[in-house]
Amino acid sequence: MARVLVDVMLKPEILDPQGQAVQRALPRMGFDSVTNVRQGKRFELELADADPATLRATAEQMAEKLLANTVIEDFKVTVLPADSSENA
Amino acid sequence: MPARIGVVTFPGTLDDRQALRAAAAVGAEPVALWHKDRDLHQVDAVVLPGGFSYGDYLRAGAIARFSPVMDTIIDAARDGLPVLGICNGFQVLCETHLLEGAMIRNGDLHFINRDVTLRIENNRTAWTSDYEDGAEAVIPIKNVDGRFVADEPTLDALEAEGRVLARYVANPNGAARDIAGITNAAGNVVGLMPHPEYAIDDLTGPHPGPGTDGLPFFTSILKSLVSA
Repeated sequence: MARVLVDVMLKPEILDPQGQAVQRALPRMGFDSVTNVRQGKRFELELADADPATLRATAEQMAEKLLANTVIEDFKVTVLPADSSENA
Repeated sequence: MPARIGVVTFPGTLDDRQALRAAAAVGAEPVALWHKDRDLHQVDAVVLPGGFSYGDYLRAGAIARFSPVMDTIIDAARDGLPVLGICNGFQVLCETHLLEGAMIRNGDLHFINRDVTLRIENNRTAWTSDYEDGAEAVIPIKNVDGRFVADEPTLDALEAEGRVLARYVANPNGAARDIAGITNAAGNVVGLMPHPEYAIDDLTGPHPGPGTDGLPFFTSILKSLVSA
C-alpha cells in the first residue's frame, strides 16, 4: 500500500470567494494579522501500486482528468515514503 | 414525425421534468435520457438540465461529465448535435471542455433564486434564433456555483468571436464580464446559467410577467431542426 497526496488550489488569478469570506471573518475573531486566505482541497489516496515513479504518474493523470479542473485549478502531487503513516 | 428533444436525467438532476415539459410545449417529442445509457435514442437535440448531478461532489458537473451518456453526447456534439446545458448542464459542458471557462461559488456565497433580466447577444445559434438581437428576457436563476470565470485571453476570444450568448443586465453573482451564457464556435452547443424552462408560460413563469421569455430557446431549436 502506498500513499499519495494531491493538493488542489484555485489558480492565483482566479478569485476565491470562499477564501475571501474566511479572510473577512478572521479579523472579527481577533486575528488581525491575516492578509490573505485561499481555500483548497486535499485528496489522500491509497494505491496498491508501490513503484514511486508509477505512483506519481498515475496520481498526476487522476488529477489532470478528474481531481482538478485545470481551467481554474492547480494541483500538487506528493508521494509519501513507503513507511509513512502520517498525513504529511 | 415531430423533432425529438432528449433530456438527460443524472442522479441529483432537478429540472428534467420542466425541460421535458418545455420541449412538449413547443410541439417537440420529449425523450427522457438516462445517465447510464450510451444510446441517445435517435434524438435530434439534447438538453442537459439543472440540478446537482451526482450531488455536485468534487465540483459541479465534474462527475457527470464521465457518465456513459456524456461519452456519446460529447462525440455527437462535436459532430453538430444541438446541445443546451442549463445551469448544472452548463457546468457539465464546461467540465467536458465543449465550452470554455468554469463555474465557481457565487460572489456572496449565497444560493441565489430570483428572476433576472438577460440581454441576448447572439441570436445566431441553434437555440437563440427566435430572439431579436439584443432582446431582453426575464428568466429565473437558481444556483450557488453560478459565477462564470475564465482567463482574460479566453474571455477576449469569446467576445471577439461573438460567442457571449447572453449577459446579465444586473450581475447577480460576480460572473466575469456579466456573462450568463456562451456558445461554441459552431453555435450548436450552448450553456446558460438561468433557466428558460421555468419561463415558458404565464402560469408558472416569472410573476409579474412576462412569464414566457424563455420560450424562444425551445421554439428556436424546433425551427432549426425542422429546417435542417
